[in-house]
Amino acid sequence: MIVTEFARNQWYVAAYGHEVGRRQLGRTVLNEPILLWRTEDGRAVAMADRCVHRRFPLSESPSHLVGDRVVCGYHGFTYGPDGVCVAVPAQQRIPRTARLRTYPVVEQDSFVWVWIGDREPGDTLPPRAPWLVSPDYATVCGMEPLNARYGLLVDNLLDLSHETYLHGGYIGTPEVAETPITTEVDEDAGIVYVSRHMDDAACPPFYAESTGIKGRITRWQDIEYHPPCLYLLHSRVAPVGSPPPAADGTDPHAFHVEVVYAITPSTENSTYDFWAVARDFALDDEKVSDFLRDSNRTVVLQDVAALDTLEQVLAREPDRYQELSVNIDTGGLAARRLLAKMAQAGAVRPEAAAR
Amino acid sequence: MNADDAGARAGRTVYRIRWLPGTDRLHASCFCGAQREFEDPVVLWDWLLGHPEGHRPGRAAAQDAPAPAAALV
Repeated sequence: MIVTEFARNQWYVAAYGHEVGRRQLGRTVLNEPILLWRTEDGRAVAMADRCVHRRFPLSESPSHLVGDRVVCGYHGFTYGPDGVCVAVPAQQRIPRTARLRTYPVVEQDSFVWVWIGDREPGDTLPPRAPWLVSPDYATVCGMEPLNARYGLLVDNLLDLSHETYLHGGYIGTPEVAETPITTEVDEDAGIVYVSRHMDDAACPPFYAESTGIKGRITRWQDIEYHPPCLYLLHSRVAPVGSPPPAADGTDPHAFHVEVVYAITPSTENSTYDFWAVARDFALDDEKVSDFLRDSNRTVVLQDVAALDTLEQVLAREPDRYQELSVNIDTGGLAARRLLAKMAQAGAVRPEAAAR
Repeated sequence: MNADDAGARAGRTVYRIRWLPGTDRLHASCFCGAQREFEDPVVLWDWLLGHPEGHRPGRAAAQDAPAPAAALV
């Protein structure tokens, strides 16, 4: 069944780095309201987005920043970047419990990752998406909120056969749904791989217009899903007859697009759909960037519309509805299993929740 | 078109499922070396996750096997 529990004690993308600045940004991750802002020396900070006094959101106006402090817009309670309250209105004594929870933050590959859990991350770091900040790639990106449970987006992205039907005219062609897939699960690393290699396929407009390829293509889709949050689609496109990648890994005859999704659960039935498209061709061509940005956003919004509808259907359904899975779902089933295992492993212990 | 060219990864605990070209069948291989063919991915995962129960390295069954109890999918 579709995973609805949250996997805690994990890294999640809360924002792009460019979204976090000297104005407060509020995001809800795994049901936790989080305030994001940047100190004067440029450090990203994540803390609870509720004043300890009467719970007013610190991301809401007239709450504001003064230097490296956040001032609550309701009564003026003031907090430092460590979450400690440093000023209370009309009194000198600051209650010992007047502190906000702070969240470990890592800025990496253009994302601001926050750690959600009841223990510290230790040496655990978020997975990488280095193309997004590589000078060898040009990247466009965005984020669309989804009014659906995150498991629906995981299902969607692990089964690309839907491209043929939901995204026809953009990225879908008949070959996508017709080509069998290979699935691998690395239990040690906790990664799901799904590969679909098309030897002779129509070139969808998304690639024809961005690469200039006129004829048919070899099209490889190699998915790498790092549950719970990061999804990478390594896309290789080349005219039919082009040489394959060389033994040393170089591949000068093909175009490469790295599609990255960060799937961040917000609440039980809402999700942040962070998306990015990085390419290793036409790096300085703004028209190509504009085209890929517009096209990919359109594709993402097609998913959003479908999954929002699906969420409404599922919400009205009896709990024990028997769904059907077929061969194209092999990777999605693997992802669900890993997510369920992670949710079980990271479940909040009663004593931790009561702290 | 084929699915054979997707490279397999080396690893001690890697499960591999290959869609057999020209058929509706899935070929599953466990990190222990056991292999079996399936038509239903849910039954396939039940078998893989039931490891080591029912796994005999080198033996391949022609039909979907009865699923062991453990299943999270």
